[in-house]
Amino acid sequence: MTADPLLRVEGLQVHFPIKRGVFVDRTVGHVRAVDGVDLAVDRGSTYGLVGESGCGKSTLGRAVLRLVEPTAGQVWFDGTDVASLSGEPLRRMRRRMQMVFQDPLGSLDPRQDVESLLSEPLHAHGLGGGRAGIAERVRTLLDAVGLPSAALRRYPHEFSGGQRQRIGIARAVALEPDLLIADEPVSALDVSVQAQVLNLLEELQERLGLTYLVIAHDLAVVRHISDVVGVMYLGSLVEQAPADVLYEQPLHPYTRALMSAVPVPDPVVEENRERILLAGDLPSPANPPSGCRFHTRCPWRQETRCDDEAPVLRELGTGHLVSCHWAEEIRDGVLTPRSAEEVAATMGVSIRATGVENPESDALVQGLDAPIERR
Amino acid sequence: MIIEDLPPDAADRSGRPVLEVDELTVTFRRRGEQPTRAVDGVSFAVAPGETVGLVGESGCGKSVTSLAVMGLLPRRGVEVGGSVRLDGQELVGAPDRTLRGLRGADMAMVFQDPLSSLNPTVPIGTQVTEVLLEHRELSRKDATAQATDLLDRVGIPDPARRLKEYPHQLSGGMRQRALIAMALACRPRLLIADEPTTALDVTIQAQILELLRELVVDSGTALVMITHDLGVVAGLCDRVHVMYSGRIIESADRHELFARPRQPYTGGLLASVPRLDGVRGAPLHPIRGSARDVIPWAEGCAFAPRCDHAQDDCLTEVAGSTVPLEYDGPGRELRCRHPLEYPRSPAGATAAGAAR
Ligand SMILES: Nc1ncnc2c1ncn2[C@@H]1O[C@H](COP(=O)(O)OP(=O)(O)OP(=O)(O)O)[C@@H](O)[C@H]1O
Ligand SMILES: Nc1ncnc2c1ncn2[C@@H]1O[C@H](COP(=O)(O)OP(=O)(O)OP(=O)(O)O)[C@@H](O)[C@H]1O
Ligand code: SF4
Ligand code: SF4
Ligand SMILES: [Mg+2]
Ligand SMILES: [Mg+2]
Repeated sequence: MTADPLLRVEGLQVHFPIKRGVFVDRTVGHVRAVDGVDLAVDRGSTYGLVGESGCGKSTLGRAVLRLVEPTAGQVWFDGTDVASLSGEPLRRMRRRMQMVFQDPLGSLDPRQDVESLLSEPLHAHGLGGGRAGIAERVRTLLDAVGLPSAALRRYPHEFSGGQRQRIGIARAVALEPDLLIADEPVSALDVSVQAQVLNLLEELQERLGLTYLVIAHDLAVVRHISDVVGVMYLGSLVEQAPADVLYEQPLHPYTRALMSAVPVPDPVVEENRERILLAGDLPSPANPPSGCRFHTRCPWRQETRCDDEAPVLRELGTGHLVSCHWAEEIRDGVLTPRSAEEVAATMGVSIRATGVENPESDALVQGLDAPIERR
Repeated sequence: MIIEDLPPDAADRSGRPVLEVDELTVTFRRRGEQPTRAVDGVSFAVAPGETVGLVGESGCGKSVTSLAVMGLLPRRGVEVGGSVRLDGQELVGAPDRTLRGLRGADMAMVFQDPLSSLNPTVPIGTQVTEVLLEHRELSRKDATAQATDLLDRVGIPDPARRLKEYPHQLSGGMRQRALIAMALACRPRLLIADEPTTALDVTIQAQILELLRELVVDSGTALVMITHDLGVVAGLCDRVHVMYSGRIIESADRHELFARPRQPYTGGLLASVPRLDGVRGAPLHPIRGSARDVIPWAEGCAFAPRCDHAQDDCLTEVAGSTVPLEYDGPGRELRCRHPLEYPRSPAGATAAGAAR
């Protein structure tokens, strides 16, 4: 049964209620952070999830670990439905799935020195074989992530960002997990240090046979580290393909736009590459567009099918899934793109703010008069 | 969103630099602490219609350089040395009133975090109009009309309605556009953009970079682009200065710099970023250690503790002098004793190949 994927996600939805009201919290709608995602991660491989801010990447990762309860759908880990677990079996399963966070300083207790940070999870799960065994394990871990043993007595704030991320990774692999979910593992780091951490992740995967779900907004980073890449837009996967195939032949208009927007550190490439500028901002996940969710910004949108009918994720090549009605026509050049200005003009420009901290004053919440969904 | 209707006088392409920075130093002094020199003898110039990039990692002094140019550093506890000239006028040591008059009118700045540089309690429109009223002789009605026009030009849809909205009601990309609109209100000769797109999504970043590109071409504004993203530099800047630990370590035209980086640090940076168009699986070559592992410039090359090319004479003690920034061929300057070398024929030389 080793051919089974280690992680399988089916029809996963996470909807957060939007509450409003002076005396009684009234649910006025839902943020559809994750809205029906299917994916599978093979053992020993890396699945990279990309997408822009607020598309639901982190929520998906958290739902896999059951740090948030899914609204619907299933998560299968090593053949077991995670939702069916509780108590000790859930605890054991959680040990096999660990997370690495974006901000290493925020995720490490500042009052604990490195030794206690690394030995704590071992104690908690009764692993490592006694005091001496744990001390030995901790030293091996430090060595594995390239930190000197002098680091043991020091505290998180005494390290640079890259070193802190190494500590976070050491802590995550301490329990010998099978799956590591890394949420923006390098985006807070300096360029020269990002590469150190990416190399470390690759090396540990090889040595420990780890399976990775890497979540990041940087397509170049994701492509570098992943075997399979999934592109998310407003809570759904719009395209999934082996990393090379996705780069060679992106089929979804959003993927193409995203790729054309990633700056490449080469002036010759920059001067000659295709640029697809998108109109406007990401629409609100509380009030996603009808039909194809990308239709408000899509340079290839075709009336009225794109506005009315939601495309399904379908396989166009081996392992290459795309959710666009017109993927073949776009690939073959039968349909041609419109400019961002034209799209903005034809869509009558509906640009709503996203990512606002204060939901009460959030334009998207204010604009929401009727509940989208009652339950 | 084309900035075409700026008057022709704004598009001065005489070639005489708008901004000249000479041996700029910034020292922070705190009581009971060692003074820290955040900027240590930085010189560069920007001509009208030119885009100059300042790149480097966190803490290398990019922001402090730009704040010093704008005269935005606090007077207390900060010592600014050297010279900053805007159209020939000396700004270092100039009275606050002069600087305030120039800011917003002749020079403007766009920051990474637009929310903190906009007043949260004042509608966007009022903030843009205020800039116009402060620096130009306009009636409120004309100022409002111009503000609408400006928002429109930077690509904010439905500008008349947007004028009444508060900063938190706009998305990150729209706020950054609003800030750029304010910066452009008085058609500055110099615009400094400090990581203007770092907090934005890539598709929005692409929109903002396109806007800046148009601005420079259409109005001849001199643009200083501060970023840590080499991709942004490659797409936008004419000339690039790479900074490390408060000093410029390499300067070159963008094509030259990316094709043949000479400073091991520049080469290291290029070799450590994964490229979207690179061969997948090609190993990354990180630079050892982190920007914290520096030695003071007085003792030797600050990059020496991380440098694979370092030799004994990179230290002042051995060489008898600090490493100078020197002429390194036409249009290039370099601060390094053992730079990266390339084969004679430039045809076969690529950044990736030689830097590794
Ligand atoms: N606990 C929560 N309550 C309500 N809404 C939430 C909650 N967590 C996330 N959201 C919303 O769900 C959507 C998806 O958020 P998520 O953090 O998963 O995005 P992301 O893709 O990780 O974005 P980023 O790149 O900014 O980290 C956003 O609109 C966010 O505001
Ligand atoms: N007010 C201050 N007092 C003391 N030191 C300061 C002050 N502001 C900045 N510094 C120091 O000056 C150096 C340069 O800082 P600066 O903000 O210019 O870096 P930067 O290149 O803009 O980095 P980043 O990419 O993180 O924005 C840093 O070492 C910083 O700690
Ligand atoms: S379905 Fe239509 S709107 Fe959606 S991505 Fe395809 S062409 Fe664009
Ligand atoms: S001067 Fe020496 S230490 Fe500094 S970058 Fe050049 S070779 Fe390396
Ligand atoms: Mg996230
Ligand atoms: Mg800065």
